[in-house]
Amino acid sequence: MPEQVLWGMEVFLNGLMTGVLYALVALGFVLIFKASGIFNFSQGVMALFAALTLVGIMEGQVPFAHMINATFGTSVHDFGWNVPAVGAILLTMGVMVALAWLVNHFIFRHLVGQEPIILFMATIGLAYFLEGFGDIMWGSDIKELDVGLPQGINGTIDEFTYNLFGYGFFIDNLDLWATFVATLLVIALVLFAQYSKHGRAMRAVADDHQAALSVGISLKFIWVMVWSLAGFVALVAGIMWGTKSGVQFSLSLIALKALPVLMLGGFTSIPGAIVGGLIIGVGEKMFEFIVGPMVGGATENWFAYVLALIFLVFRPQGLFGEKIIERV
Amino acid sequence: MIYREAGDFKTSYQADSQTFPIKFDRYGYYLVLFAAFLVVPFVIDDYWVNSVFLPFLIYAIAAIGLNILVGYCGQVSLGTGGFMAVGAYACYKLMTAFPDVNIFFLVIVSGAITAVVGALFGLPSLRIKGFYLAVATLAAQFFLVWLFNRVPWFYNYSASGQISAPERTVFGVPVTGAETSAWAPYMFCLVFVFLSAIVARNLTRGSVGRKWMAIRDMDIAAEIIGVDPLKAKLSAFAVSSFFVGIAGALFFGVYLGAIEVGEAFGIDKSFLVLFMVIIGGLGSIFGSFAGAAFLVLLPVLLKNTLVGGLGWPTDLAAHLELVIVGALIIVFLVAEPHGIAQLWRVTKQKLRLWPFPH
Repeated sequence: MPEQVLWGMEVFLNGLMTGVLYALVALGFVLIFKASGIFNFSQGVMALFAALTLVGIMEGQVPFAHMINATFGTSVHDFGWNVPAVGAILLTMGVMVALAWLVNHFIFRHLVGQEPIILFMATIGLAYFLEGFGDIMWGSDIKELDVGLPQGINGTIDEFTYNLFGYGFFIDNLDLWATFVATLLVIALVLFAQYSKHGRAMRAVADDHQAALSVGISLKFIWVMVWSLAGFVALVAGIMWGTKSGVQFSLSLIALKALPVLMLGGFTSIPGAIVGGLIIGVGEKMFEFIVGPMVGGATENWFAYVLALIFLVFRPQGLFGEKIIERV
Repeated sequence: MIYREAGDFKTSYQADSQTFPIKFDRYGYYLVLFAAFLVVPFVIDDYWVNSVFLPFLIYAIAAIGLNILVGYCGQVSLGTGGFMAVGAYACYKLMTAFPDVNIFFLVIVSGAITAVVGALFGLPSLRIKGFYLAVATLAAQFFLVWLFNRVPWFYNYSASGQISAPERTVFGVPVTGAETSAWAPYMFCLVFVFLSAIVARNLTRGSVGRKWMAIRDMDIAAEIIGVDPLKAKLSAFAVSSFFVGIAGALFFGVYLGAIEVGEAFGIDKSFLVLFMVIIGGLGSIFGSFAGAAFLVLLPVLLKNTLVGGLGWPTDLAAHLELVIVGALIIVFLVAEPHGIAQLWRVTKQKLRLWPFPH
């Protein structure tokens, strides 16, 4: 086989893996959007915040150290202990649940019945807040995150493809793990939504707030639960992306990448988020590989959006979205 | 006792439908104009111009533009940064291609070019609505910034990839470039703000504006009563982009002088202008000014108190600024989703009844 084709196949596989990570972020959006009609722009910053908190807890950093030092002239940095990864993840999850409660108690409880665009703006405000807050709390330097996930080239695939084609594919172990975890997460979420009591309540709320209230479902509880779930998804996404490229501000930008995924897949569909993520992941990598060199590269910045835009013109509700019916 | 329409009789239709029907408002408006044109230029220095007045004036134009699209026509756009970049690069290309033409006209032509680009990116709005459209406009944002970054023709093949404004004069006084006195760029921008506000105000209360508002309130119903959604939506995109393009041209030419596109017109700028519109008040020209003033003054104020007053390091202050801006946006949305303009309306209502509120 010619080399170009082999490279193309490698790019394709890597695009698939990236797509899974996009889908992971998109999933958090879909969860909240379905249950509360809120388009949560802060999902990416939540992932950043979760990853920052995780690193901070693992390394035993003193929260707000920078601010305390600046105000009182002290020089505290860390407690001098290290928390094992599992414990830190559980603690971070606790923080995310607390955040979910705070967000609902102080923001969205007061905005019930407002127009969707107002809710959307509130989540942008929340994104700014969390971004600044995370930086003040844990410092804004780039941090390494290592929870014990394997990294680097996967030897088996490399050897296997080398024997087959005479060219070894470079597939990162971490990407494989991310795919595995994301698949597990999606299966767990679907099972939860379909078969558990709270999952059923969640779907009822998504369907009709009023009707759900009238049969005795607590909206407050469901919303906190959904935001916690989104926080959990954000944590997983934060761990994956943070391990891959360090915990830093750019982590929050993956939220922007998840938006075209959502548009393509439809805002209300969990399978849509997955398929959309895969299409975007593969599409942008292949486009960069084939067309990129001709137009100066870095097409990844906009390809996803333009693809989604063109697609939407022909199918306004996305691949799996509910058909939009409007009445006067 | 002062703020009354009682006794303020109108004897012609023209007088009755003027922008400020109440005398007190009208005199207030004249006073602001007087101060802006005849007092401020004589007392400002470089610091005030560069950190307060120029950003305020330029963002006010951008906010008016975006308000037409979001507040009056109901089409949410996150592509403002990209459209500002179009204005800036159009202005740059025109300035270098036609050095003899007065910069005033070049800025307007830049606005017109942006209007065409805006209408082009507005085409999907006929099919896509709401959030889908908001995200679709991000395509404009990212694509345009990428385009200006990667195609050397736009930055005249300069080695750094930056563009910088050459010196241009109006009536012999330099308004762009390095050698400007504080008042000249201020006056130049002020004229644009003044004209933009008048044009926008009159467009929005005329038949075009009513069509936009009909589309905003319910586009299907509007279509049934005879508003052409194609014309209404595209004209909103075009007019909005026109103002945003002017703002971009001024932002580049008069305010910064030299820019790198990803830095100056990134996605942050889109959000900043959208915040101004939301905090100021959707569907209100006054709100655009209020929002712009609020978000320009707030960081300056915070920086002065935190860095200057408390002696904090600048990075910490910058983070705290994010926290405060984010929190304020949320507080505003919770307390008054219709922005500062609504607060002002409520105040006016209270003033009219004062001192006998019942």
